[in-house]
Amino acid sequence: MNVHSTSPQFKQNATRALHDPQLQKALNNVKQGFIDKRKSAADKLPEFEALRDAAHDIKNHTLEHLDLYLEAYEEKVKASGGHVHFARNADEAREIILSICRKADAKTVTKGKSMISEEIGINHYLEANGIRPIETDLGEYIIQLRNELPSHIIAPAVHLNATQVEQDFRRVHTHLDAKRDLSEPVQLLTEARAVLRERFLAADVGITGANFLVAETGTSIIVTNEGNGDLTQILPKTHIVLASIEKLVPTLEDASQLLRVLARSATGQEMSVYTTFSTGPRRSADADGPANYHVVLIDNGRSAMLGTSFEEMLRCIRCGACMNHCPVYHAVGGHAYGWVYPGPMGAVLTPSLIGVDKAGHLPNASTFCGRCESVCPVRIPLPKLMRHWREREFERHLTPASVRSGLGLWGFFAKRPALYRFATRAAMATLGFMGRQRGRFRWLPLAKGWTAYRDFPAPQGETFQARWQRERKGRTA
Amino acid sequence: MSARDDILGNIRRSLGVKGSETIRRQIVQDRLERAPRGVIPARGQVSGEERVALFKTMAEASLATVTEVESAADVPQSIALFLRNHNLPATLRMGDDLRLKVMPWSETALEISHGPSEGRDLNAVSHAFGGVAETGTLAMISGPENPSTLNFLPDNHIIVVSAKDIASDYESVWSKVRFTFGKGGMPRTVNWITGPSRSGDIEQTLLLGAHGPRRLHVVVVRE
Repeated sequence: MNVHSTSPQFKQNATRALHDPQLQKALNNVKQGFIDKRKSAADKLPEFEALRDAAHDIKNHTLEHLDLYLEAYEEKVKASGGHVHFARNADEAREIILSICRKADAKTVTKGKSMISEEIGINHYLEANGIRPIETDLGEYIIQLRNELPSHIIAPAVHLNATQVEQDFRRVHTHLDAKRDLSEPVQLLTEARAVLRERFLAADVGITGANFLVAETGTSIIVTNEGNGDLTQILPKTHIVLASIEKLVPTLEDASQLLRVLARSATGQEMSVYTTFSTGPRRSADADGPANYHVVLIDNGRSAMLGTSFEEMLRCIRCGACMNHCPVYHAVGGHAYGWVYPGPMGAVLTPSLIGVDKAGHLPNASTFCGRCESVCPVRIPLPKLMRHWREREFERHLTPASVRSGLGLWGFFAKRPALYRFATRAAMATLGFMGRQRGRFRWLPLAKGWTAYRDFPAPQGETFQARWQRERKGRTA
Repeated sequence: MSARDDILGNIRRSLGVKGSETIRRQIVQDRLERAPRGVIPARGQVSGEERVALFKTMAEASLATVTEVESAADVPQSIALFLRNHNLPATLRMGDDLRLKVMPWSETALEISHGPSEGRDLNAVSHAFGGVAETGTLAMISGPENPSTLNFLPDNHIIVVSAKDIASDYESVWSKVRFTFGKGGMPRTVNWITGPSRSGDIEQTLLLGAHGPRRLHVVVVRE
């Protein structure tokens, strides 16, 4: 797949992000808001952990029978008067969407927030073919004006501050009074609402993603707080649903289990404001709704993940909890990851989709603190999967020579326990002695990567192994 | 080979299956037939007054406002009062729902219009298919009775729900959908609505009225 990503430049991206004061200010909002809200929502529901187990099991069960659930789903969509299109990759998906838009004689297309639409780069493609795509989720609308990718999967403009949004609105909404007051966020929202309301009413085609697809009924589900996804799909004559194949769940009951963990994990809400279940085009008696209903089912690398250790990643329901709780994401934001999916889920998924040769830095950008896994509603072992990528990167000799020789050196000592103990004890004793007065080092040989940003704490002079043995002896004695 | 067959083939190759295995087909068929309920939170498993009270508490927590009236005949006056209290114009758009149509609207000064919304209506009323006490959610069914556009385009959306239609959990609403539309059947759209439209996309600040209604007002009919 031919994609534009800056994932290979992750290190440079991260350095730039760390020195961007606007971004650092905006990232504070992530650290403060999401974590507390999720915890409070989880604490209010005694069954939350049991629901996470259920969500995990439902997704696993569906993936193990994905071929059959896809067939059942397709049959139900057709029976309700809808159309199902299969796309092996992004190119095919874009072609299918363009041809539906052409058939609808579309000039403008409104869009609900959809990560798969970012993955296949549909906006640029439609534009290049003379069709205007308009993002309608407030955050997506803002980043579309800035020609950026989302920096977060549920809060696409989380990297921006209100003053930046104000500047963009003044630059683009030139038909409005230049002297208008936009100093409050609510004024920005009101302006976007008015501008986009006209777009909703004028659009020829509406494109949404899908949070889930239900095999039992041939239903697509979207979840929003703004209501933009609904206006996108009920007003135009044609509704196109874009969904990757792993969005399937068996039944409405299964979807309901997953919905109980989705909003709580994402925004800390008990339930998102609008959860919409769509089945086929408008019925003969209906007074509104789309006359045509199309579903584009996109593989784009998923079927190859099945049956491998990365199959677990296909459980992901795109709640964003992993990035909300990630110290690396908090430090560098989403754009540093260089493509569509940031944070821990992006660090696992991106190498699968665009190649570990391009995205190998991402699984390395982790402290393995484990917070992502501890909050994942479908219990994806994200640190373990990142470690798998590191192993593959190493096996394929993609790791830089300095890291390989460092690991080789460590391996030499690690395989010789006596030598390892002797060397580490000697090193710790030396460092402990040298740093005993200040308690930390501002500079150390071979450790500039650390000491350039913060001091290195001086060791106590004793190794962990030595202390372990000493204390164990003390206890048994 | 078509993209469809290619994708299904790849999935089967990755899973190490043929797709024709009787046991796998049986497992899938069985799950689709039985639709097991899974984990149902105890919170909503209350009945009568307690369930209506829980619905009200949860709906208010989602920033909706809730009023209770004794009978359907009280609904028009209650809605007129709500609009007056918020200095809103005395207009109201609704679909063809009989439960709404038979209400004594002529006792109020409200100017009533019928049909879907074209985007310029300030106020609309819809009748809910059901409610869910667990989260204060309303379940709406599309159709000429309650056009979906009324749920999203007006600034102020009023939803009437019968107390007897307030269920404990989502699963009970699905049972009722199956009873009404047949197993595996669905209306074109089911909307679950939990509070008024909102966005947190600017600096994580919660703002109401993003694209949908700025206000959601629920009238519970107790009779």
